[in-house]
Formats: sequence, C-alpha cells, structure tokens
Amino acid sequence: MSQSITTKELARRVVNREDTWILDVRNTDEFDDWKIEGDSVHVINEPYFNLLDGVETLTEKISKDQEIIVVCAKGGSSQMVAELMEEAGFTNVYDLEGGMKAWSEHLEPVKIADLNGGGSLYQFARLGKGCLSYMAISENEATVIDANRMTDVYERFAEEKGVTIKHTIDTHLHADHISGGRQLAEHTGGTYHLPPKDAGDVTFDYKPLDEGNDITVGNTTIKVQPLYSPGHTIGSTSLIIDDQYLLTGDILFVKSIGRPDLAGKADDWVGDLRETLYSRYKALSDDLVVLPAHYSFVEELGEDGSVKARLGDLYQRNEGLQVDDEQAFRTMVTENLPPQPNEYENIRQTNMGKMNPEDEKQREMEIGPNRCAVHG
Amino acid sequence: MGITVNETLDAKGFACPMPIVKTKKAIAHLEPGQVIEVQATDKGSTADIKAWAESTGHQYLGTVEEDEVLKHYLRKASDHESNEETEYEEVIDLNELRQRMDGEEAIIILDVREHAEYAFNHIPGSINIPLGELEDRMDELENDKEINVICRTGSRSDLASQKLSEKGFKNVKNVVPGMAQWDGPTERH
Repeated sequence: MSQSITTKELARRVVNREDTWILDVRNTDEFDDWKIEGDSVHVINEPYFNLLDGVETLTEKISKDQEIIVVCAKGGSSQMVAELMEEAGFTNVYDLEGGMKAWSEHLEPVKIADLNGGGSLYQFARLGKGCLSYMAISENEATVIDANRMTDVYERFAEEKGVTIKHTIDTHLHADHISGGRQLAEHTGGTYHLPPKDAGDVTFDYKPLDEGNDITVGNTTIKVQPLYSPGHTIGSTSLIIDDQYLLTGDILFVKSIGRPDLAGKADDWVGDLRETLYSRYKALSDDLVVLPAHYSFVEELGEDGSVKARLGDLYQRNEGLQVDDEQAFRTMVTENLPPQPNEYENIRQTNMGKMNPEDEKQREMEIGPNRCAVHG
Repeated sequence: MGITVNETLDAKGFACPMPIVKTKKAIAHLEPGQVIEVQATDKGSTADIKAWAESTGHQYLGTVEEDEVLKHYLRKASDHESNEETEYEEVIDLNELRQRMDGEEAIIILDVREHAEYAFNHIPGSINIPLGELEDRMDELENDKEINVICRTGSRSDLASQKLSEKGFKNVKNVVPGMAQWDGPTERH
C-alpha cells in the first residue's frame, strides 16, 4: 500500500516553500485549467490512463528514489498510480488524499495580528483557489468576512477559540465562489450582512452593509467600519477593522486590481473602480494594512503564508494604481480582462439564492482557477 | 435515442479511474471498428474518455446523458482505415458531393459507418447502412439513382462501392475523404 498525504500537510509545505514534486495524473485539459502552484512546487502532468500499461515511462521524468506526490481529481486514480509506481520500484511515492477536490476546499488559517483589547484577526487562505476569508475575534465573539462554502471550518475554528460567530459579512456578491456567509449565519444564529446594492435580486433576508453602520465584535472593542467602494460590483464595500486593517474584497489585491465585468458591466463600473482606487482609498491612511479577498500569484504569499500589504506601499508598486491617465486606465481595465471564471453566472445565481444546487454540483461549479483580477 | 452497438459496458457507480480501466479491458475484446457504449455516472468520465480515446487512437463518437447516466460511445481503432489507398475508381470529393446535392437530379447518399457514428453526426437525408450489413440490405437501395457512398475517411466506402458495383449497381461514387473532413450541413438524432 502506498502512503497518503493530507491537504493540510501539502498546504504546510507550499506555505513553507519546501521543495515538492507533484505528478498530476488528471487529463491535460483539466491540468492546464488549474493545478497546484507554489514557489517551490514542481508539477509534472501525465494522465492516469496513459499509465495503465505501465509506469516505466515516468523514469524519464522522475527518478525512482525521488519523493513524489501523485494527485488526481478526487483521489482514486492517484492511489492507483501510486500503487503501480511502488510495484515498479519507485520508493518514495505518496498520493494526495481527496485529490484536487479536497485541495480546492482546504482552508489554511494564518494569524494576521493581535487586535486591541485582546482580540485577533485571522486570514483563511484557500490555496487551491486563491480565495481569502477572514475571522475577527474579540472577547467571546467572532465575525467572519467573505466566508467560503466550507462553513464547518469556520465553525470548528470558532469552537476551538471558544467564541460564537455573531456576524458574517460578504464584501460583495461573489461570482467566483459560492459564499458560505448566509449558511454560516444560519448555523450559528448570527446575522448575515451584504451590500444592499449587490442584493437587489436576492431571495433571502439579510442585513444591509452600509457605510456609517459600524459592526462591533465583542462588547465594543473591535470596530468593523464599512466603506462603500464600488467597482468590482456596484455594491462592493470595504471594511476597516480596528482602524488598522483594510479588507478590500475584490477591489484591490496585492499585485493587481479588481475587474468590473463579472455582471457584464465593465464599461459602466470602470469609472466607479477608478474613483474607489484613486480617490476613496487614497484619502485613507497609508498605514492601513490591505487584506484582499484573493491572491493570484503564489509569490503574494508572505513568509508566514499570509497575504497582506501596506496601503501606502501598494500606491508605490501595484501596477493597477500607477495609471494617472483616466482613459489609459479605462483601456487597461476593459481590454485586459482575463477569461471569466468557470460557471460565474451560476455562482452569482446561487449566491443570490435563486439556485440551490446540491453539494456535489456546488463543488463542480467552483472547480477551476480564480479569475477576479485584472493584471496590468 | 437507441443506438445500436456491439457491446455495452456498465460502469455506473464507479469513480475514476474505474470507468476508463473497465473500458480499456472491454474494448480489448472487440474487433477493430466495433462500437462500445460505456455507461457511467462519474461526471469526470466524459473528459477522460475523450482524452483517453485521443491518446490511444480509438474514435470517440459522443456522449448522451439520460436520467443522470452518461452513455459514451467509442469505436475501436482500426488500422485498415489509415490506409488511404482506395481501389474503386469512381471517386468524387466533398465539393463535388455538395454540387450534386444542390443539383436537379435526385441522388442517394449512403453512409456506411456504424450506427453510433452516424447517430452523432451525418449529412441530412443520407441513408445509414453499416458496411457489415450492406450485403443483406442492398435491396433497400434504388438501382436507378446515383449512389454516393461515404464513411469517415473513404476506406469503408471504398469497400462498399466495390460491393455495390459487383452486385450490379451501375452508378456508384465513392466520396473521399469522408465525414472526417465534411464541413457542410450535418444533423444528429
């Protein structure tokens, strides 16, 4: 029997930049669409169905004593290939438990900071998809921001910390992943907040996330201030936490900026995006630490696995913030749009409550890379 | 739609890699050119069967979804078809076929591929009699019309044209190269 490795262990290696060799045995189209990435990750693709008659051809690419992690879609084929490889004399073979499906759902919590009055702020990186979500904790309460659909992870984490999730907040109506905000609030008896301008068509009750209506975590200790910042969507709202952290949603990332087209409104919303990035954010303190809802490149992960940057620094080096000419900005944003995320329209419908797909279907809808950013 | 096949494989309920592993075993027992229907419930099986067929040379015909079951149709690779030499002398190309279709005279297009190949993609109005059934079903054809015989690459239609001409059909043309290159109107059923 070959040995397995968990997504948690793989996540640890990616974050720690340990040299990791992966043999991805999915078919090449799926591999090209998205794969495990990391500064120190080396990936080889050879579909499992080409290995049924023997794995000897792999020796051209992998030596027999080299450590290799075999990965497939759900874990079945990787296990088979790992066993075939062991039979053929490969001595250091692992298979990734649950495959890319499990990888796409793994959330890795990293502590960002201690907050005033004993509180703390955590970032949950979904390494397989580049989504970032957050939990702010103070006293015995927690607020979760941009929760993914794997709500049990946040619930377990809150339980470990001995806190109750009182609020869940989405900075905007997501189009790249299915939000867990509403479900998480239902489970914990909390309140689900959503920007009202993104919630026009939703089929459920929510609390409008409006500028001026601050949310507190713990008795009064930690303040979560909404800041209306449209551009990725018409309702996009940033959050300033504890006067120190700026959660930008999908408006501003560390190496790129948001895209305005996922509701088919690139031309309409590009002006809002510019206003938010070049005026509204500019008026804020340079010392705020930007915490985005996504990252696109592995190199955005810091030493500790977190994704963050000082706002003032981003005004120096983020290419999306260096375009003084408004027309040039408009052209850059509307003409450099990457392919739209897989199934983005169905994901929006689901997040509005208009569709209610089963778990397996939800998983399938989310498969694939995140594509929420414009790279200049 | 009911599609006639040589073999049906039940891989329902099996997760990856089993649908492909089973298909590989089953197809080994088929004669070249025969068609297998693979029934699977694993959603990933469509992309994998397609990619596997491409890498092995088997012909992926298509997939039909019925009541949550995916039915994949594959035709076993046949060396014979890569042979581009044809023996029957009266040959027309695809452009000439189109002109004849648009012309005044009523013509017959006889598609001699397997039923499953025909089902996923054929010229509207064409008749399907697989090469293997032609001997027994020649009486379905009208002898006084021009018969344009087509297959995928021109090789089965070559054999069919020879057979028809041996049996006394006077006006038979082999259409080359065949459906693999046809970009005119098609339909499926």
